Amino acid sequence: MTSLMLRVTAAESLTPLVKRFRFEHPRGATLPLFSGGAHVVVEMPDGDMLRRNAYSLISDPQDGSGYEIAVRREDGGRGGSRFMHGGVRPGDQLRVSLPLNLFALDLRARKHVLIAGGIGITPFIAQVRQLLRMQLPFELHYAARSRTEAAGLHLLPDVPHVHAHISDEGNRMDLGAILSGQPLGTQVYTCGPEGLITAVAQSGARLGWPKSALHSEVFQAPPPGRPFEVMLARSGRTIAVGAHQSLLEALEAAEVEIDWSCRGGACGRCETRVVSCHGRIEHHDHWLSEDEQSAQTRIMPCVSRFRGESLIIDR
Amino acid sequence: MTIRFNDETFRDDYSYHNSPEAIRRFPFPFDKDDYMYSVNMEPHGTGGRAGSVFEKRFDVDEHYVAEMRDRAITLASDPLRCQSLPHMELAGWDLLELIMQCKAEDYPELFQLHRDGDRWHWVNRPLGIEQRFTFLDPTTLPCGPMEYITRQAQGDFAVLDQRENNLWMDAGMVTSQADWSLDFDIGMNFFEWHAPVPKAAEMGIFQRALKFLLAIPQGSPSRRLNWTMTVNPRLDTSPENYHLWGPEKRTITPENVGAKQYLRVELQSFWRLPRSNALAFPIRCYLIALQDLVTVPKWARRLHRVIRDLPDELAEYKGFTVNRQIITDYLAQFDDGKPTSPGIFADD
Ligand code: FES
Repeated sequence: MTSLMLRVTAAESLTPLVKRFRFEHPRGATLPLFSGGAHVVVEMPDGDMLRRNAYSLISDPQDGSGYEIAVRREDGGRGGSRFMHGGVRPGDQLRVSLPLNLFALDLRARKHVLIAGGIGITPFIAQVRQLLRMQLPFELHYAARSRTEAAGLHLLPDVPHVHAHISDEGNRMDLGAILSGQPLGTQVYTCGPEGLITAVAQSGARLGWPKSALHSEVFQAPPPGRPFEVMLARSGRTIAVGAHQSLLEALEAAEVEIDWSCRGGACGRCETRVVSCHGRIEHHDHWLSEDEQSAQTRIMPCVSRFRGESLIIDR
Repeated sequence: MTIRFNDETFRDDYSYHNSPEAIRRFPFPFDKDDYMYSVNMEPHGTGGRAGSVFEKRFDVDEHYVAEMRDRAITLASDPLRCQSLPHMELAGWDLLELIMQCKAEDYPELFQLHRDGDRWHWVNRPLGIEQRFTFLDPTTLPCGPMEYITRQAQGDFAVLDQRENNLWMDAGMVTSQADWSLDFDIGMNFFEWHAPVPKAAEMGIFQRALKFLLAIPQGSPSRRLNWTMTVNPRLDTSPENYHLWGPEKRTITPENVGAKQYLRVELQSFWRLPRSNALAFPIRCYLIALQDLVTVPKWARRLHRVIRDLPDELAEYKGFTVNRQIITDYLAQFDDGKPTSPGIFADD
């Protein structure tokens, strides 16, 4: 994974929970451009652990002067967001991967409808800039509980395409209304909590939308869980995976070579063969098919966990 | 480094030829004495082995000028060899930027790119082209961005859109293909355009290859080599023109096989494009006559063993079953049975 050492040039609170960070090249070089919806993986040396978290880029895709991300503090989470909130200040240097996009716009679309819930607004911020520049028809619907929590309002341009639905103000998002009456050839993109993605899929199905026109941002932070152990078939070693650690992170800590890219169960790069499994794999990925998941012969170590007696993987 | 560009043809009198240096740097595709279909990707980019075709990102060699002339001839007779679906224009600009930037950095004495914001100035010395244009403004170029730059870059180019966990052949410039048709494949997804490959599909090779390609990040291009056999040094072996080159297969005799039978190697590379998130898939074709190839003893021995032992259906798929025996007999005289060194490069 190609990465660059970048300098933090701004760290600003957008809301009590969300901070914006800006990275620039230490010698002022131009960074590779990207497409709306792309993310980068930020490396965080946290104590004796190296964390790598993926964040959507929220800066202008056509502006190579810097990369910006928005990080929400997840107190129950695995520490990556706490590290960013607590310890990272302007002047610090962090390793950042080159952008990768697993949530790109379908440029064939007649129109683009973007639906965001909460921090799920982040990939759309760069997409909105791309759509405005390309002069493509779109509308963005952004649901948040309250104005103080709606970090995206600070980051979106003031244009009529942007609709905020603030539930505290009695202005809830009405998916049925959004999805009906759109022109043929419209593509819909959803990013936010699982519940929102399911709701859009259900409304879409009810209104006769083709599945291929409904996209969702599927990668996510690795969920924490119970600690577990995994045996490595090639070396015979057994490694322990901590409650706030992913299997991928545990493999990396044990210096086992493994490829990765999205670290969120979406790209397929970390796919690993299961040699034997006595117990249940908790599949959290969006990569394996349902059949592959229930067969328990493959695992995506970046997000998936295990519960049971013993798991042996081909690493 | 100066390159002397050959005055040569890829049709009619077939005056195409390789200099001794071009023979030495030929991308011989077999790293072992036997061949198995595989999708063995390796990283591509700057820093490849000095002097080899892997040294620069977009290799420019002695055939450059003649190859571009041949492309223009093919396009004049069949404009559908270059197609780009409407949503691929941004990807075309990405590709133009990638090629111009790489060529200008890797061959500063041949190509120059001056950028002043969106106002660009491109100089291509070998082809005598100088162009001022506005980046992302198609009205400032004589044709679309993909066509413009691929008329100045060796090899075919497919530009693949990425959606629904698949790749779609939605744009391309294809005039030197090994028997496939852009006009037929345009708009197809990865599985559709690969459909006729025998055996490999069962091995799940394609599924894995697609997964790999979908996750190719910016700044980490990959490459692989593919190969086939062609009678005469013809770039345009398209299905549309099969009537022109198909019958030539029947002209091979034990006397002329060394001169007329060519090993055709494709250097395929894969590049993530920044603005469009499309995947650029250049397919660069290298041709070498058997009589030139056998001047490298390691390659002569190995090619003999590969062709002799190749499963029948692969020879059939690659379209040289009719001449297989003549080729094997010809190569046998250069194979003394000695072991060959590992890897693809000629021994020093
Ligand atoms: S790293 Fe992308 S699926 Fe695991």
